[in-house]
Amino acid sequence: MRLRLVPQETNFDFFKYARATFGASIVAVIASLAIWLSVGLNFGIDFLGGTTIRTDATVEVDVAEYRAALDELDLGDVVISRVFDPNFDEDQFVVTVRIQAQEGVEAVTSDTIRDIEEALGSAMGGPLTMRFRGAGLTTAGVMEAIASLSLDATPSENGVGFSLPEGLPLGTIASVDEAVGSAFPALEGSTFTYERIAFPSVESVGPKVSGELIQTAIIAVLASLGAILIYIWLRFEWQFSVGAVAALIHDVILTIGVFSLFQIRFDLATIAALLTIVGYSINDTVVIFDRLRENLIKYKQRALRDVMNLSANETLSRTLMTSGTTLIALIALIVLGGDVIRGFVFAIAWGVIVGTYSSIYVAKNVVLMIGVKRDWSKPSDGGGAGGPGGTQFANVDA
Amino acid sequence: MLQIPLWNRLMILFLIVLGLSFAMPNFFYERVERHNDAVATMERDGIETDELLAEEALWPSYLPATLVNLGLDLRGGAHLLAEVRVEDVYVARMDALWPEVRDALRDVRAEVGTIRRIDAAPGNLQVRISQPEGMAQAVAAVRALSQPVVSLTGLAEQTLDVVGNGDVLTIALSEAEQAATNDRTMQQSIEIVRRRVDEAGTREPTIQRQGADRILIQVPGIGSAQELKDLIGTTARLTFHPVVGRAGSMDEDVDARQIVLPDLNDPNTFYILEETPVVTGDDLVDSQPSFDGNSGIPVVTFRFNPTGARAFGEYTAANVGAPFAIVLDEEVISAPVIRQAITGGSGQISGEFTVESSTELAILLRAGALPAEMTFLEERTIGPELGADSIEAGQIAAMVAFAAVLIFMVASYGLFGVFASIALVLNVGLIFGVLSLIGATLTLPGIAGIVLTIGMAVDANVLVFERIREELKTAKGPARAIELGYERALSAIIDANITTFIIATILFVLGSGPVRGFSVTLGIGIVTSVFTAIYVTRLLLIIWFERRRPKTIEV
Repeated sequence: MRLRLVPQETNFDFFKYARATFGASIVAVIASLAIWLSVGLNFGIDFLGGTTIRTDATVEVDVAEYRAALDELDLGDVVISRVFDPNFDEDQFVVTVRIQAQEGVEAVTSDTIRDIEEALGSAMGGPLTMRFRGAGLTTAGVMEAIASLSLDATPSENGVGFSLPEGLPLGTIASVDEAVGSAFPALEGSTFTYERIAFPSVESVGPKVSGELIQTAIIAVLASLGAILIYIWLRFEWQFSVGAVAALIHDVILTIGVFSLFQIRFDLATIAALLTIVGYSINDTVVIFDRLRENLIKYKQRALRDVMNLSANETLSRTLMTSGTTLIALIALIVLGGDVIRGFVFAIAWGVIVGTYSSIYVAKNVVLMIGVKRDWSKPSDGGGAGGPGGTQFANVDA
Repeated sequence: MLQIPLWNRLMILFLIVLGLSFAMPNFFYERVERHNDAVATMERDGIETDELLAEEALWPSYLPATLVNLGLDLRGGAHLLAEVRVEDVYVARMDALWPEVRDALRDVRAEVGTIRRIDAAPGNLQVRISQPEGMAQAVAAVRALSQPVVSLTGLAEQTLDVVGNGDVLTIALSEAEQAATNDRTMQQSIEIVRRRVDEAGTREPTIQRQGADRILIQVPGIGSAQELKDLIGTTARLTFHPVVGRAGSMDEDVDARQIVLPDLNDPNTFYILEETPVVTGDDLVDSQPSFDGNSGIPVVTFRFNPTGARAFGEYTAANVGAPFAIVLDEEVISAPVIRQAITGGSGQISGEFTVESSTELAILLRAGALPAEMTFLEERTIGPELGADSIEAGQIAAMVAFAAVLIFMVASYGLFGVFASIALVLNVGLIFGVLSLIGATLTLPGIAGIVLTIGMAVDANVLVFERIREELKTAKGPARAIELGYERALSAIIDANITTFIIATILFVLGSGPVRGFSVTLGIGIVTSVFTAIYVTRLLLIIWFERRRPKTIEV
């Protein structure tokens, strides 16, 4: 027995509730715009500039302590957020720390990043383990160097790690590093790691670049809308391209609305997601339009509204199948793909749902409202190649 | 009826085999990578060791060995976006031009009177002449120094803009020459960055020019962006100066054309040096870390080109017994006394070096100085653990998505669903094949792009199958229905995929970094999915149909 998402023959009247659905779309668009303008988007450092540090600790993290530790550094606006993911180990606690762009600096200096790392390291509390790497290092020598700072350090079994006592003041790690460095000149530039906290990624974007990134992002979205407008116009009719682009704008705005409503981070990857939504949604719309074009030629006398309903019904099964498989894949990615791309994938999944809806309930409505030339058999009169009936490319099949 | 010519079938088969054979090395990623590294090492050094040969033998040489490049977010590493301050070079050019201008104006002294260089905006050279009525001659004399710009577009353009206003003569680089200079500066900067990064021996760094004055540097496997900055940001300018004497502090008064520089190791020692160096690092041809023959401490050896060797030889011959200073970036590394003439053009620098710092200095000297300063606009460090986690998560997600879509397709379309599933498997294989072939970089969003393609790739088949179902209703017989199904679904498939492809192209052109990675997999996925959905499933269907000749089919 075959799995059927819809019965073989459907005969829905998609325009029955046109007022309600189209009205709902308009309300949703307005609401999205309102949220966007009032609440604003949670821009990532790609667009705002600044630094994001991801920390990965083996003990429970107290965000308040992090905040207190960073407040001392006077870095301006700092956003600290816990990250949860089912893929994490039981003793894995991940936090992202976002720091605003520092005045007069393009990318954050390494000293600042080190200060931050150190502050967070000591905010973890408890003894801190430092590890030194390098040839010719002796335990006794390192112990002596640490002792010269009047700190009590305990060497670990293998002799390269040293535990430092609890509650160290800021700057301790740097001074220990320096003391060990000067005791062993050959070790200059050696690395040390904190046992309890790691920094899997540090990203810093200067304000100059971020400004440009916003610009390119806007251009990218507008350019793709424009390109689609032209393509559909050439292949179909201008009414279709208006309908399709209206549906796309609807999708993009609704997605932006959801991003600002839930304050999901909005960055470069989100722009990619938006454009993918545009791609998916247009894909869906075009399939219905294609059938509509075919049926308009076939049923020359039937009312446009009926032909549209027929076309949508005929393609309904395909629409739901494709959305279904795509959503299955995306849900797998949302659940299992890790937290790094979750926002991005969420945007696409949301876009698939909205895009499917809009190709049925928005694009067609707009075309119906504008109306469309019905006599497809004759070449368009008067206007020539540039006329509104620019369908001369419609018969180009690859 | 349902027919595909034999050559067409072979063509489809050939493309699949070709694509899959390029995808295959990716399943043995580590082995192939080690093989490739070994081959590269042997080619570079020309030495074959047993170890390297063993590594090479991990992968047979007759098989393709191209891999999908893993992006930094998957492999870990550092990313920098640097802006080259190209204007720095204009300033240096103008400073270098001043002696020439001076000499040229001296020749027409009778008309222009006395000349004096005055302070000007950076990149401009301004000269005041005492007889303004001779300005025309002055401009002509300086213009004679200008040359036609060597560039494709700069036809009939001159290198210098010379303007006389009252008693002030302003000289600047012309726009065409600025553009040409910028290009040269960028090329040189990229070359030096590449050499410095390569010297550090990291694997497959990406060093690209972006826009007019930017360089994107991505180095996998490096611990932090800071390390990378240290590696490329240091301008090692090496010069050798005659020593005049010692100074008590930096502020000591010295004669014209003399400078005071601090000692690198002793903060209380300052040297007074002749400003004009005997030889500069520009004449250096090689530099290696080494050990002093007598004491065994680390040193850096160097060798000059013939010009440098001659100048160095003449100077040392004439000044035996006098000290000379080896200066690196405005700091005196050492100031040894010349014991004998160094005529061979090679020598060694000793200072308080460690093995690491001598290696580092040798690299810096070898790589030369950057022509202009760089500012870093963007820096990212991604740890390898994060990347490994992401790959794993992406793999699991892709597998689950894959399985779910397959089940869904087979449940919906039965045997036809099986064909579509085979096409889907091939599709993913082909995506990897194309990615390897063009050497594209796979990023985390790229994996998302592949997963999305897995979902969307069945669309073309769904369109065809749904169409076949419809055609079956009008009872034209199974063969005709299949044929019509493919035929009629084609225009929708083409339109739908071209629009998505347009988006992928725009993303590629405008995007950067991860966005670009996503657009590449999306774009390739569209092409391969159309190919597999239209040609491969059709071929499978036809082969099946020819064998069974079913009277009725159920889709």
